[in-house]
Amino acid sequence: MEPSIFAFIRKYSWKQQLLILGLTFLSFPPLYYSLELPKIIINRALGDPDGPWILFGWELERTSYLFALCGLFLILVLIGGGLKYVLNVYAGIVAERMLRRLRYQLYEHVLRFPLPHFRKVSQGELVQMINAETEALGGFVGDAFAVPAFQGGTLLTILTFMFMQDPILGLAAIAFYPLQIWLIPRLQRQVNELAKRRVRQVRRNAERISETCSTIREIHAHGTARWELARFSEQLGTVFWIRFEIYKKKFLIKFLNNFLAQLGPFFFFSIGGWLVIHGDITLGALVAVVGAHKDLSAPWKELLTYYQTLYDVRIKYEQTVSQFAPPGLQPAELLTGEATRVPSFSGTSLRVAGVSLLDEGREPILDGIELRFDLPCRVALIGPAGGGREELSLLLAGLLVPDSGRVLIDDLVLHELPEPVRARKIAYIGSQPTLIAGTIEDNLLYGLKQRPLRGAEPEGADKKRHARDRREAAASGNSPDPLDAEWVDWEAAGIRDPAERLPAMLAALAVARLGDDVYGFGLRGPLPSDRPELAERVLEARRAMRARLAADERLARLVEPFDPDRYNTNATVAENLLFGMPVGHVFDLERLASHPYVRKVLEETGLVGELQRVGYRLAETMVELFADLPADHEYYRQFAFIAPEDLPEFKAILGRATIDRLDRLPAADRDRLLDLPFKLIVARHRLGLVDEALQARILEARRRFREGLPASLLGAVAFFDPDHVNPAASVQENILFGKIAYGQAHAATRVAALLGEVIDAQGLRDVVIEVGLRAECGIGGARLTLAQRQKLAIAREVLRRPELVILHEPTAALDAADQPLVREALLHAFRDRSIVWSLQDQEWASRFDRVVVLERGRVVAEGTFAQISMPAREPAEAPG
Amino acid sequence: MSLQRDVDALRAIPLFAKVEPARLKLLAFTSEHLDFEPGEVLCRQGEPGDAAYILLEGTADVLVDTPRGRVKVATLGKNDIVGEIAILCDVPRTATVVAATRLHTLKIAKDGFFNLVNQFPQVAVEIMHELAARLHHTTQRLTDVSLRLAELEARRA
Repeated sequence: MEPSIFAFIRKYSWKQQLLILGLTFLSFPPLYYSLELPKIIINRALGDPDGPWILFGWELERTSYLFALCGLFLILVLIGGGLKYVLNVYAGIVAERMLRRLRYQLYEHVLRFPLPHFRKVSQGELVQMINAETEALGGFVGDAFAVPAFQGGTLLTILTFMFMQDPILGLAAIAFYPLQIWLIPRLQRQVNELAKRRVRQVRRNAERISETCSTIREIHAHGTARWELARFSEQLGTVFWIRFEIYKKKFLIKFLNNFLAQLGPFFFFSIGGWLVIHGDITLGALVAVVGAHKDLSAPWKELLTYYQTLYDVRIKYEQTVSQFAPPGLQPAELLTGEATRVPSFSGTSLRVAGVSLLDEGREPILDGIELRFDLPCRVALIGPAGGGREELSLLLAGLLVPDSGRVLIDDLVLHELPEPVRARKIAYIGSQPTLIAGTIEDNLLYGLKQRPLRGAEPEGADKKRHARDRREAAASGNSPDPLDAEWVDWEAAGIRDPAERLPAMLAALAVARLGDDVYGFGLRGPLPSDRPELAERVLEARRAMRARLAADERLARLVEPFDPDRYNTNATVAENLLFGMPVGHVFDLERLASHPYVRKVLEETGLVGELQRVGYRLAETMVELFADLPADHEYYRQFAFIAPEDLPEFKAILGRATIDRLDRLPAADRDRLLDLPFKLIVARHRLGLVDEALQARILEARRRFREGLPASLLGAVAFFDPDHVNPAASVQENILFGKIAYGQAHAATRVAALLGEVIDAQGLRDVVIEVGLRAECGIGGARLTLAQRQKLAIAREVLRRPELVILHEPTAALDAADQPLVREALLHAFRDRSIVWSLQDQEWASRFDRVVVLERGRVVAEGTFAQISMPAREPAEAPG
Repeated sequence: MSLQRDVDALRAIPLFAKVEPARLKLLAFTSEHLDFEPGEVLCRQGEPGDAAYILLEGTADVLVDTPRGRVKVATLGKNDIVGEIAILCDVPRTATVVAATRLHTLKIAKDGFFNLVNQFPQVAVEIMHELAARLHHTTQRLTDVSLRLAELEARRA
């Protein structure tokens, strides 16, 4: 990156800066004349009763002359203001482009950091630097030339004007400038120093917050919240005291500036007044000078600030840039380059030539490793943990750069290959993979997105927006690749026919034994809205399910189907009333009664009073049962209808009225009671509060709710309809079309098994998995379990089918039962490819052509499994 | 109100007989009803237990695996409890219990039970009384048996 902020500005924006300067100079003449005009108005139009009043060679009558001058003044102000507007917007654009460029470059540098560097940098600080701290730099870029030119020019224009009126007045106006030039920057520098300390401290805060997020489990497990709070409080305190100092100094500067600025009028009125009295200058000139002086202080202050910012920004830029240029930064070409042609690995060799790797203390992790394998080949790396297996794996995958020596394939040096080229050939599966935030499918296809294949082809308004976005990205030196292009390189995975894509993904999931999990996600996922042809098949499955349930009384007990004319005792009161799924946030099942339309329906059906009484009874029971429990008791989360903090309030409500005099309660209390019964499930809660009579009335409300639903709310609820799929419900809910009954032994597992049978019989399993592929993984895959993440990472590489796969304990996070199955499946999936597998289990190394034993960073044995298991080697040295 | 029926069923169990009704109500409320079809297994011998079942309706067979095969040792009926020891301590199930008819039970989960005991030590004290009484009874019987055994051996000698 450019060594200084000015080099950066010159390199990337000199043309724009010239334009800014040009615009700036254009704005001076109107400014000068807008200062000149008031003088003419006062002296000629007002002060000179005799005329002649001549404007641009035309003689005018006095009043017209006055208005013409005023009109002219207005026009000049408008021109000046308009130019300033254009200038500001343009400078803003330039600034934002430079900011965008700077952030992009910094982010690109993060991508180029050597992997070990990430152990040294803190994520929070990087975020803070790229996001927040560049803001000031970007702002400065727009102003870099414009401010000194504009404000300096304005200042000069005004000063010139003043000196033209009277040199003494001019001198009076700038008498204190030397003092200000000397004093203010000194104070300001102290403020900036403090501001810098503040920035560092805020960075530390950012770091602390991100650390808290990542160690949240430890904090709770150790109960150290108090310590953490104290620590954060201490840090906030540091910021506070720095700010306090800043305020004291900053406002002292403000005070001095204001005071010195006010000294100007003092001189004008004293010296200028004296001059006017003695007739040396006109009153108009004095008024104009006083007016001009008022305009003088603004540019002067701006210039002083600019000078300070300049000093500050220079340092900040250099600091930031140096943070982003660690030793070992990868060349930019390697990140996105495509140039190198790599031959098929088959028939070539993989060579490790004198490779050494040092840790931060310059101690060797790997020491002079020499290896050679003819490809294709299956190699096992064994040896104790910490012996260098993981590092050698990373080196072989090209993810680490050796401190000396090279890893070669054929005669290509691995760490000199462009990453996209290397990544298409070599895959790495580590023991702690991370996922991107997106769907399962996004993650599965992540390894196929090295470059855009075909440009996006937007149409209509999108086309314009697309072209505009491309242009602007180019103007900021950002990535030219459109994100909406086709990125997934199916052919790299050996898939040419689009019809093969889904089967290939399913096969990859099967290798990692993730298919069942994805199937489970699919059951809970929504029906895809872009596949209308599925509706009939899902309905078919629903009918098949119904038939299976009806055929066997034992099964029938497990599910209570949705029936428009029957109350579902395994669903909540809210679900029974709505009899559908809310779409969007208009109807909230948790607070259904608060919706005005629901309220209206309840009133029309006379349910309000009834439900309030149920609410009262429920509150009574809750208060009775939960009164003695501490607020954080597990039972509240599992069983209570009332949050612990609300319990006293309900207790008070109960005390205010008896059940037959609820009308005595204030409306707010009655609303609270009305909210309560909506979560009641008859079959589960066994409180006997929703009897059959009430159920019938809720059914009546259900009918009314649906019939009277105004058009504006039609989209807010997807009703359950036996003959249609419900777009807001999950696949499982659509097929089951009912509630799994409470109180039936093993109901959930038995229903799941039955559902699986029906889905298989209808040939819907692939569809369900397809829906499951669209399930969100959460940030870093947080919604998946560790094992699922690991499996997804495995499936991702299986789908890619690279020529060489490097694995480092890839199955460590899996269940013990899954581990051998996944390992065998992986060996089978890559049977015609090359594999280097770093593993713990020495016995399993027998499945490989070659075995390399690494200890303390050295190769201590190498050969076939039979050779290295010769009795000459002490078995005790082998890992367990 | 069926919750009250559950409370009554709980109170009929000697282990819970002395526990305050309000606590029993909480225990009943936080426990679930579970129905079993004839032939379905409530618990299996040798497996760790995580719940006790109170039979509200129907009957269940208690089966014990012996070297000579599975032997039915008892039949349980209304208000009998299955697996009460399992919610007190970690021991494997000592027998297999199978629903003989359609069975309606109240399932007391171990976690739920411990939550209750942790919160209200009084409950623990009451249960302790009951267990101590049983222990006393068992000890007495053991003493009797030991005496009888000693007598028998003395006679043989």
